[in-house]
Amino acid sequence: MSTHHIHVTINGKAHEADVESRLLLVHLLRENLNMTGTHIGCDTTSCGACTVQLNGKPVKSCTVLAVQADGMEVKTVEGLATNGKLHAIQEGFHEKHGLQCGFCTPGMMMTSSALLEQNPHPTEDEIRHAISGNLCRCTGYMNIVKAVQYAADKMAEGA
Amino acid sequence: MATPQVESKVHGLGHSRKRVEDARFIRGQGNYIDDFKLPGMLHLDIVRSPYAHAKITKIHTEKALATPGVLAVIDGPTLQKYNVHNMPTLMSDTQMVLPLDTVKYQYQEVAGVLATDRYTAADGVAAVEVDYEPLPVMVDPFKALEPGAMKVRDDKESNHIWHWEWGDKEKTDQDFKNAEVVVKENIYIPRIHVASMETCGCVAKWDATNTHLTLWMTTQAPHAIRTVVALITGHLGLSEEKIRVIAPDIGGGFGGKVPAYPGYVIAVAASIVTGAPVKWIEDRTENLAADSFARDYHITAELAGKKDGTLTSLRFKTIADHGYTDAATQPSKFPAGLFHISTGSYDFKSAFVEVDGVYTNKPPGGIAYRCSFRVAEAVHAIERMADVFAQEVGMDAAELRMKNFIKPEQFPYKSALGWEYDSGDYPTALRKAMDMIGYEDLRKEQAEKRKRGEFMGIGISSFTEIVGGGPSKSFDILGLKMFGSCEIRVHPTGKAIARFGTKSQGQGHETTYAQIIAEELGIPAEHIKVEEGDTDTAPYGLGTYASRSTPVDGASAAIASRKIRDKAKKIAAHLLEAAEEDLEWETGRFYVKGSPDKGKTIQEIAFAAYTNHPQGMEGGLEAVNYYDPPNLTYPFGSYICVVDIDRGTGEVKIRRFVAVDDCGVRINPMIVEGQIHGGLTMGFAPAMMEEITYDENGNIHGANFMDYLLPTAVETPKWELGETVTPSPHHPIGAKGVGESATVGAPAAITNAVVDALWHLGVRNIDIPITARKVWEVLNKHGATMEE
Repeated sequence: MSTHHIHVTINGKAHEADVESRLLLVHLLRENLNMTGTHIGCDTTSCGACTVQLNGKPVKSCTVLAVQADGMEVKTVEGLATNGKLHAIQEGFHEKHGLQCGFCTPGMMMTSSALLEQNPHPTEDEIRHAISGNLCRCTGYMNIVKAVQYAADKMAEGA
Repeated sequence: MATPQVESKVHGLGHSRKRVEDARFIRGQGNYIDDFKLPGMLHLDIVRSPYAHAKITKIHTEKALATPGVLAVIDGPTLQKYNVHNMPTLMSDTQMVLPLDTVKYQYQEVAGVLATDRYTAADGVAAVEVDYEPLPVMVDPFKALEPGAMKVRDDKESNHIWHWEWGDKEKTDQDFKNAEVVVKENIYIPRIHVASMETCGCVAKWDATNTHLTLWMTTQAPHAIRTVVALITGHLGLSEEKIRVIAPDIGGGFGGKVPAYPGYVIAVAASIVTGAPVKWIEDRTENLAADSFARDYHITAELAGKKDGTLTSLRFKTIADHGYTDAATQPSKFPAGLFHISTGSYDFKSAFVEVDGVYTNKPPGGIAYRCSFRVAEAVHAIERMADVFAQEVGMDAAELRMKNFIKPEQFPYKSALGWEYDSGDYPTALRKAMDMIGYEDLRKEQAEKRKRGEFMGIGISSFTEIVGGGPSKSFDILGLKMFGSCEIRVHPTGKAIARFGTKSQGQGHETTYAQIIAEELGIPAEHIKVEEGDTDTAPYGLGTYASRSTPVDGASAAIASRKIRDKAKKIAAHLLEAAEEDLEWETGRFYVKGSPDKGKTIQEIAFAAYTNHPQGMEGGLEAVNYYDPPNLTYPFGSYICVVDIDRGTGEVKIRRFVAVDDCGVRINPMIVEGQIHGGLTMGFAPAMMEEITYDENGNIHGANFMDYLLPTAVETPKWELGETVTPSPHHPIGAKGVGESATVGAPAAITNAVVDALWHLGVRNIDIPITARKVWEVLNKHGATMEE
C-alpha cells in the first residue's frame, strides 16, 4: 500500500501526515489525530454523522479519502467555537433541545452551519432539505429545525 | 403524591430545565465507545456467513495470519476449549458465540480476526476463506410449523419454540358464539430494526495480574451484563467482583443495546487470551443484519360485539418469528412480553390471546424498538381492529371509542386479561385531540371530497401503554427482580451526587433525575451531579428500557430523597433546639411552626451532618433506595392523523398529526415533548418506511441505510402536541414514563387514516409499512387509480 505525504489545515491548524492511499478522512481525524467529535454511523454515505466542512462545504468524511483533503481546509465540530465562545448553531441546539443522544449532533451542526453561511435566512423547508442527508433517530427533527432558526436569528443580530 | 409545581429556584418538577448533557455533546466532547483508545489496544473484526444455513467444512486462516498486523483468527473450536462458544439468551435458549460447524442465518458470526488496527483487521477478515456446504433454508414461520418441516435446530424437537396463552378461553369462545357482530383481520407487524445512530461495540481490558476485567460497552443494562458475564465465564474464575462494566455515552439504544451480542464475548475472550485491550465496533450492515430485530408478529385478530357498537370480546392468535434462537428480551414469565395489554383502552368482558414462537433461519431477537415488551404489537392490533369494528357497524371511529372506553370512574380498573390499570381519563384525551384537529369539520370535508373522487382519511389511535417493569411479584429477568435504585450523598456544602441503576441513551437523565431530587430536597438541580453506567459505583439496577427509568428509578430518587429529608429533620431539630414535630418543611428549609424566620436550610443542615450532628446519630447525609413498584404504570393518549392519497401514485401525504399524551406528572416538559417528537417519528418510520424482509434463500433485504429507510427531516411530519395530566396514584411523584408512548400509538393512527380513506372501496386493512407502491396496488385492484 503506497503512502502519501499530505498537508491539511484542520480548524485553522496546519497538520502534516503520511497516510495510506485508502485512509478515509474520518479515520484521519478520529484514529490518527484523536479528534473524536466527528462520528461514524454507517458505511454508505447515508447518515451524515461524519459530516465535516471541506473548504467550507459540508462533506461526509467517510466518503472522502484523506489524500483528497491534501492542501485543503477542514472544519470539524471541535472548530465551531472560537476562543471558548460557542457558535450560534451550538447555542441553538442547546437552547431548543435539538439533541438527545448527541451522536448525530456534530454532523447536523456542520451541515446546518454551512447552510447558514450560504443562506442566512432559510425557510423551514430549506432547512429540512439541507439536513436531509443527516439522519437523527432521537429528535424527530422538529427541534433541530428550531435550533437552526435560532442560530439564523442570532447570526442576523450579530451581523 | 406531590403536586406538580414550577419551582424555578431549584429547577424542580415541571421546569423545562436546559440539559446538562448538552455541554459536552455540542462541543464534540461526548465519550462514545468508539472514542476509547487504550495503549496497545487490538481491533477485532468478524468474518460473517454469506449463507442463511450452511455447514462449515473448513476455515482457511493461513492468508489472514500471513497479513502483517494480523495476530490471530478465533473460531468456534477455539472458544470451545474455554467453553464459551455458546451463551445463554435472556429467554434461556442457546445462542452461538461462534459456530462449531453450522451457521443458521445470513451474516452470522463465523470467526473473529484480531489485528493491530481496524484496517488490518478488515484485511484479515477479507483474507479468511471459509468452505461452506449450503443447506435448505426455512424463512416462513407458517411453513416451519407444518408437519415434517425441515428443522432449524438439531437440538430441538421441532421449530415450535413455545406456546403461550392468557385469558379465559371458554368464556371468550362463548361470547364470540353469542355475538351479533364479529370482525376478523390478519395483521402482520413486520420485522424492523432500531438502527440507533451509533452501532454496538465494546472495549474489553483484561488485567491478568489482578484477574480483573473492565468492559466498556454500549449497554442499556450494565449491571445485568456484569451478572451475565459472571454466569457465562464463572468457570474461568471471572467472578462478579472482578468484572467492571462501564457504559459510556450511548448514541441511542431503543432496546437494541439490551442484549449481549457474540462480538462482546469474542472481544472479552480475545483480551483474556492476548492480555491486550480489545476493541470491537460493528459496522452498519453488521448492526442491521445480525443484531436483535423487533416485532415480526403475524396476528389473527378478532373482535366480537353488538350492532350498537358495544365491544364485548377479543381473541388474538399470533405466530411470532424468533429467528434461529429465542433471544428476545422479555421478563422471564412472559415469553410474549406484555402482549396481553391487548384489550387496550376498552372495557371488554372477555378476552383470550395466544402466541406461538417459531424458529426460522433468520437472526435472533425480539427486542422492543422503543416500546415496553411487545406493547406496540398489541396496541397496533387493537387500535386497527377498533376501526374495523366501527366501520363494520357503521359507526364513527371516535364515537365507537367513546362508547367503549374504560370510564374515568372505573379506575383502578381490572382488565379482562388481568391487568390493574392505575389511572386514566381516556374520553378527555380523545376529545382534546378532536378539538385540536377540528374533527367534525374534517369529517365534513372528507364527505365532500369523497363525492369529488378525492381520497382523504382520518385515523384515530387511543392507546394505553403498560410500562415501568416491574413489581417483583410478577417481574424478573433471568430471576433478577426489576427494582429501581438510587443512592444519594449530600456533601458538607449542601451539594450532592446521585447514582442510579439505569443508563441514559439520550433521555436526559443527568438533567431530570436532578430535578426530582431538587424538588424533594430543595437543593438546586445545578448542584446535583447524576451518575449512571459504572457497575463499580452505581447501585445495582436492571437498566433503561421499557420506559422504566422514570417509573422505577425516578421513584427511587424521590424515596431516597425523602429518607435524607427525614434525617435532615432530626438534625434541624437539634440545631434549632426544637422538637421534630414542631418543624415545618418548605422547599429547601425546615422552620419552626409559627416562627417562619427561625429555620435551617438544607445546606446548613448538610454542613451540620458533618460538623455538628446530634450525639448518638450516625454522621453524614446519604441514603439508598431499592424501589419495588407496587404496580406498573399505564400512560395513554389519543392521536389523530389526517392523510391525503394521490390516486396517480399511491403516495400518502400526512397533512396533520395531533398527539395528546398523558404520562402523568411531567418532570421536564421540554424533555417530555422531545421524547414525544422522537417517539412519533419512530412510529411514523415503521408505519411508512421501515421493513426488513428475506428472500427464499434467507438473504436479507434491508442491511444498509440505502435499503432500510430511516425517515429524514423531509419525510417526517410536523407534529402537533397536546397534553392531559392524570397522575399515577401509586408513583411517589405521580409520573408514568413517556419515552415510548408515541412509537406505540402512532402507527395505528396513520394506518387507520389510510384505511379510512379507502374504506368505501372495501379495504379493511393494509399492513405496514404503507408504501406508495402498496397503496397504488390497492387502488389499482379496485380500479381507483387516476392518471394526473
